Amino acid sequence: MTEEIIIAGFGGQGVLSMGKILAYSGIMQNKEVSWMPSYGPEMRGGTSNVTVIISDERISSPVLSVFDTAIILNQQSLDKFEKAVKPGGMLIYDPNGITRHPERKDINIYQIAATDKATELGIAKLFNMIVLGGFLKYKPIIQEEFMRKGLEKSLPARHHNLIPDNLKAITIGGQIIKDYHIL
Amino acid sequence: MKELRLMKGNEAIAEAAIRYGVDGYFGYPITPQSEILEHLMAEEPYKKTGMVVLQAESEVASINMVYGGAACGKRAMTTSSSPGISLMQEGLSYIAGAELPCLVVNVVRGGPGLGTIQPSQADYFQTTKGGGHGDYRLITLAPASVQEMYDFVALAFELAFKYRNPAMILSDGVIGQVMEKVQIDDYKPRWTDEYIKKSFPWATTGKNPNTPHVIVTSLELDSSKQEQVNIRIQKKYRECEAKEVRYELINCEDAEYLFVAYGSSARICQKAIQLGREKGIKVGLVRPITLWPFPSKILNEMADKVKGMLSVEMSAGQMVEDVLLATKHKIKVEHYGRFGGIIPTPQEVLHALETKIIGG
Amino acid sequence: MNREDIIKPENLVYRRTPVLTENIMHYCPGCGHGTAHRLVAEVIEEMGIQEKTIGIAPVGCSVLAYNYFEVDMQEAAHGRAPALATAVKRLKPDFFVFSYQGDGDLAAIGTGETIHACNRGENITMIFINNGIYGMTGGQMAPTTLEDMKTSTSPYGREVQSMGNPLKITELLAQLPGTCYVTRQAVYTPALVRKCKRAIRQAFENQKENKGVSFVEIVSNCNSGWKMTPTASNQWLEDNMLPFYPLGDIKVSK
Repeated sequence: MTEEIIIAGFGGQGVLSMGKILAYSGIMQNKEVSWMPSYGPEMRGGTSNVTVIISDERISSPVLSVFDTAIILNQQSLDKFEKAVKPGGMLIYDPNGITRHPERKDINIYQIAATDKATELGIAKLFNMIVLGGFLKYKPIIQEEFMRKGLEKSLPARHHNLIPDNLKAITIGGQIIKDYHIL
Repeated sequence: MKELRLMKGNEAIAEAAIRYGVDGYFGYPITPQSEILEHLMAEEPYKKTGMVVLQAESEVASINMVYGGAACGKRAMTTSSSPGISLMQEGLSYIAGAELPCLVVNVVRGGPGLGTIQPSQADYFQTTKGGGHGDYRLITLAPASVQEMYDFVALAFELAFKYRNPAMILSDGVIGQVMEKVQIDDYKPRWTDEYIKKSFPWATTGKNPNTPHVIVTSLELDSSKQEQVNIRIQKKYRECEAKEVRYELINCEDAEYLFVAYGSSARICQKAIQLGREKGIKVGLVRPITLWPFPSKILNEMADKVKGMLSVEMSAGQMVEDVLLATKHKIKVEHYGRFGGIIPTPQEVLHALETKIIGG
Repeated sequence: MNREDIIKPENLVYRRTPVLTENIMHYCPGCGHGTAHRLVAEVIEEMGIQEKTIGIAPVGCSVLAYNYFEVDMQEAAHGRAPALATAVKRLKPDFFVFSYQGDGDLAAIGTGETIHACNRGENITMIFINNGIYGMTGGQMAPTTLEDMKTSTSPYGREVQSMGNPLKITELLAQLPGTCYVTRQAVYTPALVRKCKRAIRQAFENQKENKGVSFVEIVSNCNSGWKMTPTASNQWLEDNMLPFYPLGDIKVSK
């Protein structure tokens, strides 16, 4: 199993931390992982993306141009990475703020209204965990107990009291994700 | 069992330094390696091992602080990225001239000039061919993973002290910024002053009552004596070339073609190998781990077995010159590179092999 | 009375301090460096810290200072002595660390290292020889060269409009909170030599109390570079250097 993922959105949406929690959980489940961010001025409020690879084998390139899964959280990222999904691959996007929706017919596309849901529930900071929950519904590569351990490892100890809320947000994500275009 | 952590390459350098028992880190912030100094400051290593961490006023000051620490027989290090490393060249030359051990890490970004903060491998010449003035070499290690970033801190110090010469870890923005799984060690105690005094008579550890004072210098105004210094240093370098070459061979057993690449380019080539083998192209990789001393011998031997080699670097073609020297024009050797902070994709690397070497 | 009758401990009135080596100094006859070296060495001897002192030599006339001080010595690149001293002191805090630099080294190429070591309050002693000229390279203009003073790169005199002003770096360093003791001394008369030695002693004593940088400027002559006899250069120093670089303590912290 090798899963090559791009997560892309605005800086501040929790793109990098979502990737980090996923990667750390992968380690807990004894997988090989790699997490490669875009860096630079983008870190300060512009677009932000991270390539996460989870694999049973030694990972070759941490930098990729095509992906099994794209998790897209804004229009610029959709424009940039829709074409980078491998044929037959998966694209998950939050329709919030999207004016041109994905158009590819050779991939599976799912919509997750995570921004709206997080706002509705008053858990804006857990927006990224809702998105991650949507991903894990269709790519259950990490089991829940290892997600919990991954959260323990990635979050500073003073935030460990928030782990149940994080796991709950992941569950909610699995419930609200819906089909947009299925092969 | 060793602890497993998800760490950035830069953080791994910092964590390894603390745990290996480094005495002093002196550095100045620069992208894409500032996490090293940030991690060291956050970890408060002085409380854990007594390690000193100081943010200097410049890279020039940093490398000279390293000189001062190294001259005391301490494990001293600094880290920077390309423009900062350029500023350190004077100091590196002095440290090599004074025959002091130290570690310098370069997380390379694209140049020339202020260039880009994105990854590059364009400092190969600067690192392996001198950089500063005079006849000297840097023992150069090229990590291709976060684990190697961690492990090479210890290796670099061991080699630096063995040969009393500065060692460089030549990384780049990819390996510095990527997070991977790392096995970390327990904290090792730093060397005691007594151990240093006993082990390194060349170090300024305080004058002994019955022996002359120790002088650490790279100055010798008498040319006949300076030539002897150069001869001694060169002899040391020949020994290092004979004993310390390190490389990794990947998918080379049946290979008809080879990539030659180090650091993040080697990782990209590994993916290109997967893609190539899916298409039936028998391609392998020679990954130099030491860039100096360069693995010339194995490349020369491989040149008798394969049809061609593609040197892949994020530069305009620097290491390819050493590949050409090693293979003595026995086979076709070409360079493929991107620069300016552009990272080549595995697909384009494979395409370059197909067009420049196989079809060329 | 023969030679052997005279050389007896009870007849000893002066001797070379064992903190100076027996190497013959390369300094020009009449130069102040030799006296400054001796004072530093005598202080180290009198404090009994020879085995716990590390000195940093500069680039310039005193580049070979490491051949004369019988303590462990490091030779720095041009201007970088304060950086080396910083690391040595931080890694060996129970040692006494001093840097010894000239004006080009300390106040031109090494200004950054000087100011930042002083501003950090490194617990070291900095000895600064100011003779207003680059002696080693043959008498070129220094940052401290006086207005209208002739050097090989200001052959018609330092014209401040185009060549800049002489730099009073010592006054500047006294402004920094990291310096605890800043003083300007000279060594061209016996009385001044004694005074200077007290200042150097104070500058080393301060290290025991972790007070920050102790900075001793010694206004000196360069009879070769100034193209004068030693006696004339001392007079010129008094007439020209001292009005611009007045002697005395500039800062003494409690």
